Amino acid sequence: MSDIIMIQAHHLTKQFPARPSSPAVTALSTLNLTVKKGTLTALIGPDGAGKTTFMRLVCGLLQSDSGSLSVCGYDVQQSPQAVQDRIGYMPQKFGLYEDLSVMENLTLYADIHSIPPDLRQKHFRELLDLTGLSPFTARPAGKLSGGMKQKLGLACTLVSTPDLLLLDEPTVGVDPLSRRELWHILHTLSEEKSLTVLVNTSYIEEAEQCQYAYILHKGQLLADGTPESLLQYARGRCYAVRVPQGMPPRFIQSWLLDDRHVVMDAVPEGSQVRFTVSSRQLPNHLLLQNYLPGAVITPVSPRLEDSFMILLRKAGSTEEETPGMPSLPKVPPAISGDTIIEAHDIVRRFGSFVAVDHTSFSVHKGEIFGLLGPNGAGKSTTFRMLCGLLSASSGTISVYGVNLRTARARARSYIGYVAQKFSLYSTLSVYENLCFFGRAYGLAAHKLQERIETVAGQFHLNNCLSMAAGSLPGGYKQRLSMAAALLHDPPILFLDEPTSGIDPLARRTFWRQITGLAARGTTIVVTTHFMEEAEYCDRIMIQDRGRLIAIGTPSAIRHQGGDSPTMNEAFIHIVETGRQKEDS
Amino acid sequence: MSSLSLTLYHIYALIIKELLATLKDPKSRVILIVPVLVQGLLFGYTATYNLEHVPYAVVDEDHSHESAEFLSHLDGTGIFERVATLSSPQQISQVIDNQQAMLVLTIPSDFSKNLHAGKTAPVQTITDGRNPSTAGLAAGYVSSIATAYNQKRSGQQSLVEIRSRIWYNPNNITRHMFLPSLIPMLALTQVLILAGLSVARERENGTFDQLLVTPLTPLEILIGKAVPPILIGLVQASLMLCLVLFWFKIHLVGSLAVLYLTISIFLVSCVGLGLSISAVAKNMQQVMVYCFLFLLPMILLSGLATPIRNMPPVLQYITYINPMRFAIEAIRRIYLEGAGLSTVAPAYIPMLALAAVTLPLAAWLFRHKLS
Repeated sequence: MSDIIMIQAHHLTKQFPARPSSPAVTALSTLNLTVKKGTLTALIGPDGAGKTTFMRLVCGLLQSDSGSLSVCGYDVQQSPQAVQDRIGYMPQKFGLYEDLSVMENLTLYADIHSIPPDLRQKHFRELLDLTGLSPFTARPAGKLSGGMKQKLGLACTLVSTPDLLLLDEPTVGVDPLSRRELWHILHTLSEEKSLTVLVNTSYIEEAEQCQYAYILHKGQLLADGTPESLLQYARGRCYAVRVPQGMPPRFIQSWLLDDRHVVMDAVPEGSQVRFTVSSRQLPNHLLLQNYLPGAVITPVSPRLEDSFMILLRKAGSTEEETPGMPSLPKVPPAISGDTIIEAHDIVRRFGSFVAVDHTSFSVHKGEIFGLLGPNGAGKSTTFRMLCGLLSASSGTISVYGVNLRTARARARSYIGYVAQKFSLYSTLSVYENLCFFGRAYGLAAHKLQERIETVAGQFHLNNCLSMAAGSLPGGYKQRLSMAAALLHDPPILFLDEPTSGIDPLARRTFWRQITGLAARGTTIVVTTHFMEEAEYCDRIMIQDRGRLIAIGTPSAIRHQGGDSPTMNEAFIHIVETGRQKEDS
Repeated sequence: MSSLSLTLYHIYALIIKELLATLKDPKSRVILIVPVLVQGLLFGYTATYNLEHVPYAVVDEDHSHESAEFLSHLDGTGIFERVATLSSPQQISQVIDNQQAMLVLTIPSDFSKNLHAGKTAPVQTITDGRNPSTAGLAAGYVSSIATAYNQKRSGQQSLVEIRSRIWYNPNNITRHMFLPSLIPMLALTQVLILAGLSVARERENGTFDQLLVTPLTPLEILIGKAVPPILIGLVQASLMLCLVLFWFKIHLVGSLAVLYLTISIFLVSCVGLGLSISAVAKNMQQVMVYCFLFLLPMILLSGLATPIRNMPPVLQYITYINPMRFAIEAIRRIYLEGAGLSTVAPAYIPMLALAAVTLPLAAWLFRHKLS
């Protein structure tokens, strides 16, 4: 590491003017930031923090309003081309040509950067070896997995041998295995090639691997420092409470989170729930102790995520308004073990490709059931078959005792469905959307009005009933989707990646809602790519390459995954062992 | 609720939703009104084969009372407008070349002398052959004026006289034939595009999955998606009808009820095609391409602009699967000739037959392509 400064931002401010659809936004306000040559620096923060805006400013793609920004020794505003010649920028959606092969993509980017032909072969070989793409040079980019696409994007960005590499959320939508490989590549680049790397990420554990981190929130710098020094915000405030046998950890988490003024954050993790408190001392009495009098609470060492959550909480939630939480029973309801969804030997083929291969499992009444897996593992396909969006090539699925093949429409009346992307009618008002979906579920007249009132109250939508659904802020949209899915009070709720793209605070709130729903007996089937969210589930199922490789409670899965401390590692372990077994 | 009333309730919910989604979108609101007016007016003013304005020049070498009288017949029609009076035939090429005049009349110096002598008096017309059909029409008009002049002068009837009466369009104004045909054409365009986009738009916005997980059956969705474009098509047909009736003042001879029945049946036969396109197309862009792929041949093979009898036999047979052909024929007959239900009913058979093919096809595609 040297003292040469690659990026120097001083009082950098960027505003986006008001548009008819949105008010004026201050994307960055008086940001001071320094990146030294040869370091791996992380920019962390929830969506809308200003991370992408900063990168686009560094690239000279946007003009700042005030302050100064120099990159590689050049003022970006004055000489954007000089900067652009020296940097490599990989945006969230990298421009790969899906119909071109891996090699053709690389060649294209080499042509764009006028790399002399004699240098190419050696350079390409290095990049392909680094990214592990050598065996796939002839494969069209569109046929690569999410992780491989990102690696190819990285290789294309590196074709021009930049001095500074900018990566905008390179691991979004990438499964844990590929994420680990991608970070391995970044470390190699940083250490062996002494490349300067700036990474935007919303995964806090990734920032832990960097030498320096900046925490942004709504355009403001909340804190910066080495991951080690950032721990100071959480030191002495982190505790864990042991989860008694038979108690779902999410209940303890909810009781903790409901203690809003004392508890800053709480997350289930294996047989304990980690939480942070607002003061440097554990209060004498926690709300939790009303429910769990003999709770065993022990101090634990802080993590970067704890600091991050404390800083965010102090800066104020990004949510406009936190809806009232459904109350929880004092004693968690026991899960009966009655089967509510049964999949027997299901197979789904797309042409010759087998997306789901002879899979059987069942979901019990009242539980939260999680579907996990790397991209392309078959979890989306399984999920879509369960909610009747896709028919199985063979095998049977019954939902609430109804065979999906013979009585699909009836089976669907028992389920609620929340898609990953907001998928209600944007031009229709909130009320019109609710009316339509209520009617689609056969609710009429008085009953319909009554249910609309109930869910609108439950999800705090009363103030925006006449607004067009598309004009709602993100958090409201998700609540509306939930409200529409629960209008007919379904016994089963399907959630497809419900927490992707929402910030960590909103994610806690969301899971608190789900815990409340499950406590009232709704069965919930959820897919997620946040491995730690598996801890909220009663049981989870892991698929890889179309096959079911693990199913059970989070602690059983953790055990199967070599008693790993985090779900992420357990997951990687299980998938790798599964693949080794299959390959041998 | 019983299953039938539940089905009807579902369809009702879908129709309300579709209409709201279409009408609340400012972009589609514009598409509903403006093209009808623009196309209606454009076609009304441009699609006419009548010659209403013929600029002409004259070389009158006779300068007699008779020549002046003959020319006054021409000027009196209101169609011929004299733009130049030339003094010598050398000037003719100039006025024709720069398109100042479409026709030049040369009256020779012996015109009155010949007339008085009871001989044939030739008058020369020179027309601009770069536009043969207009030139032909103009020359035809001149000769019919000459015939009238002959009769008037000689005071005796010619031996054979053609008295042509054009039924249902006595003044032979082509606009009368064109404009009523636009009613089904514009409705077709809109219905095809609206129905085509309906599923593709939902698919692009991700709302289609949300729709498919509800207990709505594919058949309910199909009907719920078919009715709103038909309703909107009928509103547009009415808009066009008003334009024809009140702006272009073309009198509707037949019954309004039969006209609407015909349009409705026609739209039912088209909506199945639109929905089939919608089920097959992957996105809205594809829908537009498919729509134009169907629209152009449907319009060309409908007899809207060119008579079907002039087409090669193979194409004439193809027109039988084109609902537009029957719709245009039926609507012209109702509008201009006052044909009743019994007269136009046979045209319903091919239209309904087509609906009987395209609607189940759309239903099948919905079931197989959508899930």
